[in-house]
Amino acid sequence: MLPELGTFLRFQAQRHLQAALRRPGDIVGPLIFFLMVVTLFPLGLGPDPAVLAALSPGILWVVALLSSLVVSGRLFQSDYEDGTLEQLALSPHPLALSAMVEVFCHWLLSGMSLALVSPVFAGLLNMPTQAMPVLMSSLALGTLCLSLIGAVAASLTVALRRGGVLLSLLSIPLTVPVLIFGTAAVREAALGYDPTSWLALLGALAAGGCVLAPFAIAAGLRISLEA
Amino acid sequence: MPADLLKLESVDLDRGVRRLLSGVSFVVREGDCWQMLGSNGSGKTSLMRAIAGLTRLGLQGDRVCTESVIYQGHLPGLKSLLSCRENLRWHGSGRVTDDFQKIDVALARVGLQGYEETEICQLSAGQQRRVGLARLWLSEAQLWLLDEPFTAIDVDGTAMLEAQIQRHCEAGGAVVFTSHQPTRMAALKMLDLNQYAA
Repeated sequence: MLPELGTFLRFQAQRHLQAALRRPGDIVGPLIFFLMVVTLFPLGLGPDPAVLAALSPGILWVVALLSSLVVSGRLFQSDYEDGTLEQLALSPHPLALSAMVEVFCHWLLSGMSLALVSPVFAGLLNMPTQAMPVLMSSLALGTLCLSLIGAVAASLTVALRRGGVLLSLLSIPLTVPVLIFGTAAVREAALGYDPTSWLALLGALAAGGCVLAPFAIAAGLRISLEA
Repeated sequence: MPADLLKLESVDLDRGVRRLLSGVSFVVREGDCWQMLGSNGSGKTSLMRAIAGLTRLGLQGDRVCTESVIYQGHLPGLKSLLSCRENLRWHGSGRVTDDFQKIDVALARVGLQGYEETEICQLSAGQQRRVGLARLWLSEAQLWLLDEPFTAIDVDGTAMLEAQIQRHCEAGGAVVFTSHQPTRMAALKMLDLNQYAA
């Protein structure tokens, strides 16, 4: 019944990535935001390397959470404003899947890129080197969860002109488990313990989110289109 | 007897707490061309979105509509950073196409030859509307729902679009459009929403 679902989804992904790469500022901007906020901490807490190293897992994770909140506000914005969302909703293909494609592309460009450059920021905070791989993998998994949560909130607030604050209020409570598991994984690794169980919990959250979030996102987008 | 593509039977339409329309009944058959009339705020766009299936909350009554629909609303549904050609590879009712020749022909029909590689954000408002309408040349959908298709379109463009609408109806399709302008199309059926105002 679904005409060429694979082609359709591949095309949507290609379209999102193409459009995003033509505006590289949207990808680099959040990373610079991340860098700037991280550099504020030594100024506020004092430059003691031991203190910074001890606090670095928490600092990096909270800043990652904030920067994901900043970017997820625009997740469906342009699609809503230019009418693409209407066309996606009327398409015979399930809206849940096309929305998921968008969330994945968004995660690749924001969360994954953040995870890839995070060792640089961790170095600024004197984080022990052995924790860096765990930081990267926890951020990669964690930002996927954050993107999914952000997408659910964004689907509900996209029709509001200034939905930014509401989006934060909706998503921050849901991000608490991600933050707890993520910081725990990095802290354990920094102390030389095995972080596998925390990473596994993050992976479970991400897997569960990938299954359940699409339905919530599609429902949210349909509600937004009613307005 | 031509088949029914769209059937509304004593439909009531609410927007928020306000009732816009009550008791709307009409049938669109193959070959029909309907112009929806009504003063500003009479519910043309709301009814169009309800017919297309975009809004369901305010609609009471029976709506039977074919699957094969293309809807072109006030928003063009175009990505501003992609070129005309890239944008026209897909639209809501259809499949993804790689047939660039067909896309270029459609663009030429709407008077945009030479703009195939141009990004949408570099086109004027009227040209952007034309790119959106080029989908009508690419679509295989039977029922066209066009909300104010003549907005921002010049005289030539209007004539071209009218001709395309008529061609589609003669080929067994059907069109429902809203417009305040009188058109020169023959065999046009009128639906005046003011008579259904609640």
